[in-house]
Amino acid sequence: MNIVLRTLIALAVMTTSSQLFAQGTYQSNADFLKEAFDDRVPEPEMLWISRQIKRDVSEILGNPPSQLRVRYWQKEQKTAWILEEIGKEKLITMGFVVSNNEIEKLSVLAFRETRGWEIKHSFFTDQFNNVRLKEDLQLDKTIDGISGATLSVRAARKLARLALYYHRSVQSKS
Amino acid sequence: MRSTMKTLSVAIILACGVNVSAEDKTPDLEEMWKIIQQQQAMLEAQKQEIERLKNEAKETEQKVEATVMAVEDSMSASGNTGNSWYNKTSIGGYGEVHYNNLENQLATGSDKDMIDVHRFVLYVNHEFTEDVRFVSELELEHSLAGDGKPGEVELEQAYIEYDLNDTNQVKAGMFLMPVGMINETHEPPTFYGVERNPVEGNIIPTTWWEAGISWTSQFDNGFSTDLALSSGLYLTPGSSFKIRSGRQKVAEAKADSGALHGRIKYTGIPGLTLALTGYYQGDYNQGETTSEDALSMIETHLVYNIEQFTIKALYASWDLDGTAAAAIGADKQKGWFIEPSYRLNDDWGIFARYNRWDNAAGDGIDSAFSQIDIGVSYWLTEDVVFKADYQNQSSPSGANEYDGFNLGVGYQF
Repeated sequence: MNIVLRTLIALAVMTTSSQLFAQGTYQSNADFLKEAFDDRVPEPEMLWISRQIKRDVSEILGNPPSQLRVRYWQKEQKTAWILEEIGKEKLITMGFVVSNNEIEKLSVLAFRETRGWEIKHSFFTDQFNNVRLKEDLQLDKTIDGISGATLSVRAARKLARLALYYHRSVQSKS
Repeated sequence: MRSTMKTLSVAIILACGVNVSAEDKTPDLEEMWKIIQQQQAMLEAQKQEIERLKNEAKETEQKVEATVMAVEDSMSASGNTGNSWYNKTSIGGYGEVHYNNLENQLATGSDKDMIDVHRFVLYVNHEFTEDVRFVSELELEHSLAGDGKPGEVELEQAYIEYDLNDTNQVKAGMFLMPVGMINETHEPPTFYGVERNPVEGNIIPTTWWEAGISWTSQFDNGFSTDLALSSGLYLTPGSSFKIRSGRQKVAEAKADSGALHGRIKYTGIPGLTLALTGYYQGDYNQGETTSEDALSMIETHLVYNIEQFTIKALYASWDLDGTAAAAIGADKQKGWFIEPSYRLNDDWGIFARYNRWDNAAGDGIDSAFSQIDIGVSYWLTEDVVFKADYQNQSSPSGANEYDGFNLGVGYQF
């Protein structure tokens, strides 16, 4: 039998046998917050989108923000944010924990696109650990992309910048 | 508010008045008691006023909260949520306009001096439920389609996709083949060069779509697989068995012989993509001849991106059974390219590419083409790109050989 055909059949067996009952790997918003604050989740607060914040967020996202205010959770110097951005067509929901103006943790809480699934996994999200925001609102570290998932990667980068920016805004307010 | 403040002011003035007159004599006990009672009344009035202001502030806060929630709900409702069909239908697309200024080195050949709307593409997708969606892609090439016109209207994708779970999807319908780098992802801002690279065009053959059923799986370790049963190619002596000519485009396509194909891809290290695709078809004659001649293909590619530097490399090779194909060397068709590129900043990038392909590599006759491309891209925004490149081609004797420059503008949304 042709070697290519044999390889394809082996691929078929591997795919079907291991994946038929595979479950997703998403975390709920509530579980994300419990993990972020060791089960002692503080009451949510609101960051109002002032004119200056609106300008800066427009620069980060490439379009003005759609909300008047953003919900966040804070304990001491740590804040947590649950933010959304469109990848190619659908919203991607990500949770961020920011501390000392660095990303401490990033989780993809909901991924609705048909491509770009790689950004859900730690082999991609680990790149954001300890990333900070520069004065020009760019990340201080290059985030390597994924071929075929450009738009999902772009959305993740934007949300990371946004979380760091919001954290900075909250810290300067207090 | 004003009358209350007036009352308080009078009380303060009276209190001051009592104190001024006290300079003349020390108030007796009765007068002191009156002063204390007045001050007590003043404090009580102030306390009540503070309480009233606190309640007013709380009420204002509640009104603001209700107003903001109403505004946010309204913004959300106008921003594509809800169950109407238009809330579940999305439109996207891409397009590119090219200018080619190419001199044909073949003495008897014609130059290519042309401006062309090479592609205008629309995607229309619809979500029936969270797990079931329709995906489609319609393309107009070269502006005008019809008899005697240079263009074509083509349906390149039209399939139903169903999520078995978060890591497994099944497609049924017509879909792009999971092979190569640009066969599935070919929006202009995503690749360098005005034209798509000739190796994938002639060997993959991009853009290639078939109809059938496909299963895609993603694994936690960064591997993903695609496996499909689909319609196949139809190769004939009239087209020298060239792979690209074998695409039936699911247009009343012969279905005597289908194909099995699969891909395994690794993207578990950021910036790195490794992929391997295999294709097997039992009879590329589609039952039109007495013999059944199989063909198979193997394709592999690598993309590695580190900081601003990216390297891409691809190799694809076809094997065709059958004496007719072997007689003209078409029993082996293969090609490869390597492309380093450098992203200078968010707006500019440069690249170079060496391409080599041969649609008749099975004999000893020189039939290989090679091409060197160097060029630049400028992204006006993330989704709009201007491109310029220079190409230098080497062709077998008697074949067209185009050298010159290309300009293009492309977009995606």
